Amino acid sequence: MLVRRARTWLPGLLLVTPSIVLIGVFVYGMLGWNFRLAMTDKHDEVSEGKFVGLRNFIDIWDQPRWHLSVNHAIVFTVAFVVGALLLGWLLAFLMEKGIRGEGTFRAIYLFPMAISFVATGIVWRWLMNSGTGERAVGLNRLFDWIGLPQWQWFRDPDWGMAAMAIPAIWQMSGYVMALFLAGFRGVPEELREAARVDGCTEWGVYRHVVLPLLRPVTLSALIILGHISLKVFDLIVAVSGKQIITDVPAVFMWVAVFDSHDPAKGATIASYIVLSVAIFVIPYLIWSVRKERRS
Amino acid sequence: MTAVATRRTAFPWLRFGLLILFVVVFLIPIYVLLVTSFKPLTEADPGQAWNLPRTWTTEAWQVAWEKLAPGLWNSVLLAVPGSLLSCALGSMNGYVLSKWRFPGADVLFTLFLFGMFIPYQGVMIPLVQLLVGLNELTGLQGVFYGGIPGLVLAHVVYGIPICTLIFRNYYVTIPDELIEASRVDGAGMLRAYWSVVLPVSGPAIAVVVIWQFTSLWNDFLFAVFLTGPTSWPTTVMLNNIAGAQATPYSQQMAAAILSSIPTMLIYVVLGRFFMRGLMAGALKG
Repeated sequence: MLVRRARTWLPGLLLVTPSIVLIGVFVYGMLGWNFRLAMTDKHDEVSEGKFVGLRNFIDIWDQPRWHLSVNHAIVFTVAFVVGALLLGWLLAFLMEKGIRGEGTFRAIYLFPMAISFVATGIVWRWLMNSGTGERAVGLNRLFDWIGLPQWQWFRDPDWGMAAMAIPAIWQMSGYVMALFLAGFRGVPEELREAARVDGCTEWGVYRHVVLPLLRPVTLSALIILGHISLKVFDLIVAVSGKQIITDVPAVFMWVAVFDSHDPAKGATIASYIVLSVAIFVIPYLIWSVRKERRS
Repeated sequence: MTAVATRRTAFPWLRFGLLILFVVVFLIPIYVLLVTSFKPLTEADPGQAWNLPRTWTTEAWQVAWEKLAPGLWNSVLLAVPGSLLSCALGSMNGYVLSKWRFPGADVLFTLFLFGMFIPYQGVMIPLVQLLVGLNELTGLQGVFYGGIPGLVLAHVVYGIPICTLIFRNYYVTIPDELIEASRVDGAGMLRAYWSVVLPVSGPAIAVVVIWQFTSLWNDFLFAVFLTGPTSWPTTVMLNNIAGAQATPYSQQMAAAILSSIPTMLIYVVLGRFFMRGLMAGALKG
C-alpha cells in the first residue's frame, strides 16, 4: 500500500531533493556551523579552535562597543519600525477609498524600494550632513532657510540612530502602504455597510470593523520590518561608513571578521543577530502556516 | 490590485493635499540626485546646494560612467543568470509543493520559509570557508570565492525560499483537474509540468525574475564578503567611489543614479509584477 502510494509522490520528492539538500547545507548546516564556531576559542585565522561552550556569548557583554551597537540597534529598530508602520498606514488610509491619480501616488511612494541602500545612502549622507551655518548643506541648509533648527542628524550621540532610520523609513514605508492598502481593500464593503446601518459613525466603522481586520497585515509588516531592521548593514555603511557612532551588530561583525581577524567573535555576533530574528520569526511562521492549513 | 471606484470620502481635498505633500517629501532625494549630478565642480559649494545648476554639464556623468562601468557589467553577469536559475528551481519546487505533495511537505515548506528570513550574517563565515574550499578543491582560483560564480551560487541558494513561495502560491490557483486530466491521458509528473503548468507560468516567472534581479542587483553584503576587485558588482564599486573623500558630490550622485537605472527601468516597465512580488514576500498569496 505504502509502496503503491509512494509511486504517486516519490517523483515529486525527487524533484525537490536538490533544493532540500541545498537548504539543508546552506541554511541549517551553515547556521549550525556558525554557532559551533562561536563556541570555540578560534580568535585568529590560524589556531585550531577548542570548544569553550558559551564563553564568547558571555564575554562579549564585557565590551563597551558591543553594548553601544546593541543600544543603537534597539533605537534604530524602534524608530524604523514605528516610523514606517505609521507612515505606511497613513498613506494607505489617505488612499483607501480611492483617489484621483492613485496609481501615480502608489508608484511614487513605492519606487524607493527598487533602489539599493548603497545608492540611497549616498544622497541621504549628503541630506543629513551635520555641517551648520555657512557650511550647511542638505537638509540643514533647507531648514535654515525655512527657519527650522539645524541638527547633528546621525552624528548625534543620543538620537543619531533615530535619524539613521529616516532613509530606511523613506525606502520601506511605500511597501507598508501597499500591504495596508491591500488590507483595507480586503475588508468587505458589506461589513462596513452593516456597521453603518447599526448606527456606527464613519470613525466607529474604522474602530470596530476595519482596524481589527487589519491585524494580520500589521503583524506581517511588523515581522518584515523587524527582521530587516535587526540585520541592517548596507544602509549604515553607505550613510556613515564604519564609524563607531553608528555601530550596529552587523557592522561590528564585519569589523570583527575583516579588521580584527577574529572568526569566533564574528560568529558570536552573527549568532546573536540570528537569535534575535529567530525569536519572533519562528513563532510567526508556524502560526501563519497553521492558519493557512486551517482555511 | 484593481482600481477601486472612488467612494464617498470625508475631506477629499485634505486627503489629496496631504498625499501631494508626501509626494514632494518622497521626491526630495531624487531632486538632489539629479540636480547635483549635472553641476560642474565650481558649483559644488554648500551655499548653492539646493539651487539648479547655472551651467548644466554631463561631466560628472562621464567620470561616473568610466568608474562604474566594470561594476555594472559584473552586476549584469550576476543578476541575469542568477535570476533565471532561481526561476527554474523555484518553479520546480513550487510545482511539487502544490501539486505533487508528499508526506511532510508542510513541514518542509515551513523549514524552507525560515530560510527567507535568516540574516545572512549567520551564514557568512561558513559560506566564505566553503567557497574557499571549493576554490582549492577545483583548483579554480577566484571562481567560487572571489568570483561571480560563487556569488551567483549564494544568491540562488538563499533565493530558493522566496522563489518557491511565489511559485507555490501561484500554482495553487491552477485547478487540480488540469493535472488530473493530463495524468488520465498518461502524462507523468514531468510531462504534466512541461505541457500544462509551465505554459501558464508567465506571471509567476515575471514576479520571480523581477524580485531576484532586484535583490541580486542591490545586494551589498554577499558581494562585499565574497568578491574580489575584478568581480565587484555595482554596489561595492559605488560604495568605494562614494567612500573616497576626494570624489566630488556631483560624481557620487551621478554614479548613484547610474547604478539604479536597471532596477528603476524594471520597476517602471513591470511595476504591476513588482507589486505582486512584494505581496508574495509578505506571505500573502
